[in-house]
Amino acid sequence: MNQSAVKAARRWYWQRITAMGMALFVVIHIAVMVYAMNGGLSASEILGRTQGSFLWALFYGVFVVLVSVHASIGLRNTLVEWLRMSGKAAGVLGNLIALLLLVLGLRAVWAVTFGSL
Amino acid sequence: MSVSSSTLRVEVWRGGEQGGYQTFEVPRQTSQTVLDVVTYIQKHLDPTLSYRYACRVGMCGSCAMQVNGVARWTCRTHVSKVCNDNRLQLAPLSNLPIVKDLVTNMDAFFGKIIAAKGRFVGAHTRHDPMEQVKPDSPARKEADAGIECIGCAVCYSSCDVVSWRPEFLGPAALNRAWTLVNDERDIDGAARLAAVAGDAGCHSCHTQGSCTMRCPKQLAPTAAIAGLKRMTARAAMRGELEVKEVSR
Amino acid sequence: MKTNDMRARRHASWWAFLVHRVSGLLLTLFLPIHFWTLGLALESEVALDQALRWYQHPVFLFGEWALVLLLAVHALGGIRLLLIEFRPWQGLRREWIAVGGLVALATSLLFLNAS
Repeated sequence: MNQSAVKAARRWYWQRITAMGMALFVVIHIAVMVYAMNGGLSASEILGRTQGSFLWALFYGVFVVLVSVHASIGLRNTLVEWLRMSGKAAGVLGNLIALLLLVLGLRAVWAVTFGSL
Repeated sequence: MSVSSSTLRVEVWRGGEQGGYQTFEVPRQTSQTVLDVVTYIQKHLDPTLSYRYACRVGMCGSCAMQVNGVARWTCRTHVSKVCNDNRLQLAPLSNLPIVKDLVTNMDAFFGKIIAAKGRFVGAHTRHDPMEQVKPDSPARKEADAGIECIGCAVCYSSCDVVSWRPEFLGPAALNRAWTLVNDERDIDGAARLAAVAGDAGCHSCHTQGSCTMRCPKQLAPTAAIAGLKRMTARAAMRGELEVKEVSR
Repeated sequence: MKTNDMRARRHASWWAFLVHRVSGLLLTLFLPIHFWTLGLALESEVALDQALRWYQHPVFLFGEWALVLLLAVHALGGIRLLLIEFRPWQGLRREWIAVGGLVALATSLLFLNAS
């Protein structure tokens, strides 16, 4: 029983760590969105900023990793508590979501950095 | 608020898990607690009604039950405070198996206090000098903040996580564990941290805060559990949670 | 055994929990769509632009505003939780619930104004 307790403690820890990181990322992201939007946001306005930009790629790349970890842990808890799933099943689903977000997210970062060059 | 009508309509849970509500009419008094109401029913209307109380002055916690859906001590709940238009609904405490009527089986509740290692383990005997514990040390203050728990199970019954995760130790057990974690005389700290970590332990608390809202002694299990989260996470990341138990 | 119904849950901290969980779930559902849309840039700038113009429809504009609100409320609720779990505190930080809610709403309105 100790091993599962350790894993649960680590899940809690990583969810809080990614939360702390994302507090900053979210503030920046919302600020940039509000600043950049002038009655809508076009592809050229987005890509104009992100294309070829190592800085934005790094920012959003890290953001994607953080959210993949954070969301999957939260989802896992919800599956166990509200859908009465076993820890194992919920863990598998959580990992799948993490993978989905990671792959789609990093693909999106790649797309807006190098996609249409 | 004037007493408009002089009769209360009281729905009381009867039977076991598959029971139902039975309605009684109870004369309303100006100064009346819910315990007065239950006692009136048992004395004058139906002697087969089962319910618990002991001190009837807010010291023992025996009289806890759900009053209009909220866990309270009936001896400390004035009817005027909880009554909506002269209706009361009384049910046994949530999250505990029903024995009969308003009485629940408290085994799981107390079992979880033990499972959380909510008991003191000391190294000294009566032959050793008394240990000097400074009352204003930070650890002792933390312990004192939660030490007044009398095990009434109001917090346990108020917690949704207990409902959703049957193995969750619950606020009372974790609060007790926290007081012992902060007790410098106790020597079972490592095993205790291992016992309160994980999904059955403190890490499943979602800070809903119902425990702290409802505790009749104004304790804050939420704070105790937050403290346990910090300590156990630190221990887990340092690989200190895998420990052998102190034999008892 | 009996479990609690909404009568036991009518207090601020419980609502804060529910909003935090539901907003998290909705955001998790939304993110793949968000990522997929941006991924259209792999095809061409035109492909992305087409999708973005499609999202100018009122129902999507409302959705966008809702998402900013959800993100802000989730982030602020999360900061409240981090304070409770990591800092010395008294009480359930109920004032944070009110402040957090208002700031989230204000943020979403700022966004609405810009869009």
